[in-house]
Amino acid sequence: MSDTKKVLTSPLVENNPITLQVLGICSALAVTSQMSTSLIMAVALTSVTACSSAAISSIRNHIPSSIRIIVQMTIIASLVIVVDQILKAFAYDVSKQLSVFVGLIITNCIVMGRAEAYAMKNPPMASFWDGIGNGLGYSLILVIVAFFRELFGSGKLLGIDVFTLTKDGGWYDPNGLMLLPPSAFFIIGCIIWVIRQWKPEQNETPDFKIMDIAHGEGGHH
Amino acid sequence: MEAYISLFIKAVFVENLALAFFLGMCTFLAVSKKISTAMGLGIAVMIVQVITVPVNNIIYHTLLKENALAWIGITGVDLSFLALLSCIGMIAALVQILEMILDKFFPALYHALGVFLPLITVNCAILGGSLFMIERDYDLAQSVVYGVGSGFGWALAITVIAGVREKLKYSDIPKGLEGLGITFITAGLMSLGFMAFSGIQL
Repeated sequence: MSDTKKVLTSPLVENNPITLQVLGICSALAVTSQMSTSLIMAVALTSVTACSSAAISSIRNHIPSSIRIIVQMTIIASLVIVVDQILKAFAYDVSKQLSVFVGLIITNCIVMGRAEAYAMKNPPMASFWDGIGNGLGYSLILVIVAFFRELFGSGKLLGIDVFTLTKDGGWYDPNGLMLLPPSAFFIIGCIIWVIRQWKPEQNETPDFKIMDIAHGEGGHH
Repeated sequence: MEAYISLFIKAVFVENLALAFFLGMCTFLAVSKKISTAMGLGIAVMIVQVITVPVNNIIYHTLLKENALAWIGITGVDLSFLALLSCIGMIAALVQILEMILDKFFPALYHALGVFLPLITVNCAILGGSLFMIERDYDLAQSVVYGVGSGFGWALAITVIAGVREKLKYSDIPKGLEGLGITFITAGLMSLGFMAFSGIQL
């Protein structure tokens, strides 16, 4: 049981797929200007990752390694088609807003990465939990980014007014930058900064060190 | 003609796959430490994009679209839900074929691009290009222009960010922001720069 818990919780902060492993940023950021779309995206990705990991892991001993990428891709693509059709049937508006980004779950590096790195070596149940865990780690970042972007960009959360806008007679003047793509980059950059201040072992070793002039050799230039 | 130029400019700058839609971000951030490798990957993406978008366009319009099978006498069949599967299969197959052709006829180019070609199958920019083409219902000529433009835009973005990062490694950055963090913020600033092109009408 403790293993399952560890597999589930370690991708949240310590080994987060987005901020540490730099996986799966591709299709995600464009959907974070609203909380509702990013929640749907998070659920879609988590379920695809979990199911594909479980499916791939259960046939892992029968896949010839030379064609494993194609096999994994086919399984993932079929699952994504299922998710896409479900969204089109039950949440048509959201699926229109997400446009191509549901389809792009296929090439989301988290799904492929977990299939390659974990599901090919572990039993189905563990792979399933690993998929859920990594999906949640991704969802966490997605929801944090969406929270800031929707709150400051349009003064709302999940479509409900939180700050009353000046145009409706309130006090909040929305920050239009938050609705544009660059803000997502800034917010993720800052999240990475916060996480690395908190967990310094994630810091990268720099290629160059700035020389300390007072103690370094040849401080005069 | 003007419509095509406008589409090209739009695909390169305003709707830049990397900076406006965040596509291909994983490779964009991972392979942009040196200008030379970044450029190699950029060119590889461009070549694959130029081939896959029109090919997927042909497949979609002759096989998958609603009533597209009318030319062999089958009507009322809508296979468009298979587009995802066929696009990714097509991309994987084309990349494989391209790799073999390059290996056989252009060994120098193959060695320059070799390591990047397998990466391209899972690059969202490639699949994204094909899916945008389907969603916006481009015809064949438009899809060729869009393939060239979007591939060039992606290559441009990764080369520029690699240039910035080469300079950036000499600067004094707060501890936690080093590496990935500052790269994100740089990408954000670049994306802001590219936004300046939006609204341009030709």
